[in-house]
Amino acid sequence: MIDLLSYGAFFLTMALTYAVICLGLNLQWGQTGLFNVGVAGFVAVGAYVSSILTTPAIDGRLGGFDLPIVIGWLGGGLGAGFLCFLLGALTLRLRSDYLAIATFGAAVVIQLALLNLEGITGGPFGIGFIPRPFGTLAEQPGLFAAANLAVLIVLVLVCYLALQHLTRSPWGRVLRALREDEEAAKALGKDPVTYRLQAFAIGGFVMGLGGAAQAHFIGFIAPDNYLPTLTFQVWTMLIVGGSGNMRGAILGAILVWAIWALSGSLVASVFPPDQQARAASLQIVLIGVALCLVLLLRPYGILGEAGTLRAPLRRALRRTPNSLSEGQKTNV
Amino acid sequence: MTLQPLMDGLVNGSIIGLGAIGVTLTYSILRFANFAHGELLSWGAYLALTVSAALGALLPGLGTPIGPFSFGWSVPIAMIASMFLTGLVALTVDWLLFGRLRNAGSAQIILVMSSFGAALALRNLLEFIYTSSPAYFTTALQISRPVLPGLRATPDQLLVLVLAVVMVVAVHLLLTRSAAGRSMRAVSENPALASLAGIDTRAVIRMVWMLGAALAAVGGIMSGVVVQIRPTMGLDLLLPLFAASILGGIGSVPGAMLAGLMVGLAEAFTVQIIGAEWRAAVSFVILVAMLLLRPQGIFGKAAA
Amino acid sequence: MTQTMEGRQSAQDARSSDEEPILKARSLSRSFQGFKAVDDLSLDLHEGEIMGLIGPNGAGKTTMFNMLAGSLLPTSGTIHLKGQDISREGAEKRLRRGLGRTFQIPRPFPEMTVLENVLCGAQGQSGEKAISAFFRPARSRRDEALALEKARHLTDFLMLSHLENEKARVLSGGQRKLLELARILMADPKVILLDEPAAGVNPTLLQDIMARIVTLNEQGVTILLIEHNMDMVARLCSRVMVMALGQKLAEGAPDVVIRDPEVVRAYLGDAA
Ligand SMILES: Nc1ncnc2c1ncn2[C@@H]1O[C@H](COP(=O)(O)OP(=O)(O)O)[C@@H](O)[C@H]1O
Ligand SMILES: [Mg+2]
Repeated sequence: MIDLLSYGAFFLTMALTYAVICLGLNLQWGQTGLFNVGVAGFVAVGAYVSSILTTPAIDGRLGGFDLPIVIGWLGGGLGAGFLCFLLGALTLRLRSDYLAIATFGAAVVIQLALLNLEGITGGPFGIGFIPRPFGTLAEQPGLFAAANLAVLIVLVLVCYLALQHLTRSPWGRVLRALREDEEAAKALGKDPVTYRLQAFAIGGFVMGLGGAAQAHFIGFIAPDNYLPTLTFQVWTMLIVGGSGNMRGAILGAILVWAIWALSGSLVASVFPPDQQARAASLQIVLIGVALCLVLLLRPYGILGEAGTLRAPLRRALRRTPNSLSEGQKTNV
Repeated sequence: MTLQPLMDGLVNGSIIGLGAIGVTLTYSILRFANFAHGELLSWGAYLALTVSAALGALLPGLGTPIGPFSFGWSVPIAMIASMFLTGLVALTVDWLLFGRLRNAGSAQIILVMSSFGAALALRNLLEFIYTSSPAYFTTALQISRPVLPGLRATPDQLLVLVLAVVMVVAVHLLLTRSAAGRSMRAVSENPALASLAGIDTRAVIRMVWMLGAALAAVGGIMSGVVVQIRPTMGLDLLLPLFAASILGGIGSVPGAMLAGLMVGLAEAFTVQIIGAEWRAAVSFVILVAMLLLRPQGIFGKAAA
Repeated sequence: MTQTMEGRQSAQDARSSDEEPILKARSLSRSFQGFKAVDDLSLDLHEGEIMGLIGPNGAGKTTMFNMLAGSLLPTSGTIHLKGQDISREGAEKRLRRGLGRTFQIPRPFPEMTVLENVLCGAQGQSGEKAISAFFRPARSRRDEALALEKARHLTDFLMLSHLENEKARVLSGGQRKLLELARILMADPKVILLDEPAAGVNPTLLQDIMARIVTLNEQGVTILLIEHNMDMVARLCSRVMVMALGQKLAEGAPDVVIRDPEVVRAYLGDAA
């Protein structure tokens, strides 16, 4: 019973770390329409920065600086946010899919850096001994799990309320205006690039924060945790939860993480060990197909049809013409 | 320093260039960055592998190496078949996914996103069918021979270069001299006007997919011949493909090929000078430099 | 309704032509796929005047506005505002320089309330910066309160008060026109380009809008007005330019220009 409870707490805590990441992506995509294909990279930056800041000093690697966990988390968020800012500044003035290409490239390079910059990241083996919140409770597993869960619940709540606070401000009003009618908002003096850049960077901060929290919850990190599959998981969570809807993002994270974990253990128990890798790839095929189906049939999410923010996103997306009707000039 | 990276760079650059032509065509005519294009290279390679293995099993004579090359007639025959089959794969994906989104008037970014999902499905389908272990067209080893002082190449590598030149010239002639090519250019320049002028946009779209996929198949097969075949080969090539198509100027076929060669060379010299582990970062550096300095690409016109 | 067809004297008389115009366009052209919507058109707008821009449908008036306001880049030509070259600047920069516009077909933010729509017109709002949106310092709360007061004043004036909390998508065509006006007035521009502000608005309201335009002008706002209602043009404008087929047909005092045979022909040709 206690086992089941602490497993439940473990599961939920992990799901909530994804919920934080998902909230960050929701600000970028759901509220602003920016397509980030490098989620895994930004999550990794958050995780690594925080780990380096908070682990005890170690030979042969930068840091650790043994700082408080809170500082680590903030540092992780700032690192990811700053990176998003740079990429946004590079691409947001150009075509809308250059951001997608640039974030994709950034994730590739971040993965490379994690593997190769051994003096900073610990190379392929990553970083271990990452301090956990309430580490002193580790002797009592039940209490420890509950404390971790409580930390994550608070973090999700804080992110949720902060993002809501932000989107309900005059700043959020401009963001909405830009989404509803960019041309009209420009005629009222609002610069789309500035606001998109800010939303992208803040979203990146939240993603980094989620990555940091996750690292401290697992206790060790390695480059393999941050493969493109992670990007894709988070996207599935957001799409299932319904883009533009913050509660949906949280719910989607929990739901998809549950499906993922269940189908993973199903694969592990049903298939013989030598076939498990293949079965896992089939699992991804199915989810890839599901993502496409959602885009085809319910592009604005499965859950919570009544969400009010979805209509504007739909309109904002329609407005950028998919231009077999009207487009930019190019040369063949 | 030796000249050897030159050869490696040109060979890899040819592969990148062939893939980038497809990316640049889809980008300029269908107007979205297709994240699934890399998978067409992988599919091309695996389809050719399958056809060639089947041919080899039916007619063992086809497996004996041709002249100095490492493979028999089964591979070139399989290549022709694979160009066509990969085209069918692309058309199927377009019919199932992109075409429907286009008809629903979806935003460009939704198409980009769906291509991301399609890429995942296509890649993992390969992994499911063929497993993730690398595969080869032949197990025959090739000895590289000196071509110039300080420059060695295998016959396979030289063939790749020749084939790439032939393909690019053929595509260029097709686009500039044929009626189909003129329609494609017209749609790229101005879709609305093109359809007013009676150009069949759907035929043009089919052309784009067939052409892009066929070139991707050739690129993937080349990569399979000189390196190996893996389900993730397309994913690994995706960033170089994007870098080359932006560097070459979106829409420019000769630009994509030249830029592909430049990316390939830059990678090869990076491997030589800095180390192989940073190879994948080269494309990103080129991409960032281009977006900073000349977003329209070296051969592209400034945006209107 | 009209007592006089004579051009109304603007609050500040139109300056002599050698004085630097507040808005100066030179040889503006814009083509759409080879079709020249505006063809080598120059225009001077002098500080303090109300100038009319008239012409049959499809003459290129809105295209001209789009170029002046920065929604559309000209194929060729230059635009100067208060002597500064703004030809390549975007609409948002031009607005911050004091050049505002309304859209002929209103573009409200449909899922936002009328009041929120109007608030979006406020300039220099501290709360629109992400940092202050988060921490909400006294300054941004004060800005927002002032903006709210001004927005209420404007909705009141334009008879939209009772709709304040309605989503803009429920507004009628005429109400959207008013909202369009309220939103841009919120920004306090020095020069306003009004694209058919009275089209679809009921006649009593039309009088109010005209009065409001006069008041604005008396407060020193320079206005360029596209309008099909000749009576309104004649009463408001000290000067009009007539466009047809992308080119300038005539320019001068309203009563003179309206009788110009070429202008008459352009309009009749349009009607035929
Ligand atoms: N975005 C556009 N694309 C193509 N043609 C346009 C566009 N905008 C305007 N036009 C054309 O330019 C001409 C002038 O239009 P417009 O400036 O709206 O005229 P007006 O406001 O004087 O009625 C019309 O023939 C119109 O069809
Ligand atoms: Mg008009």
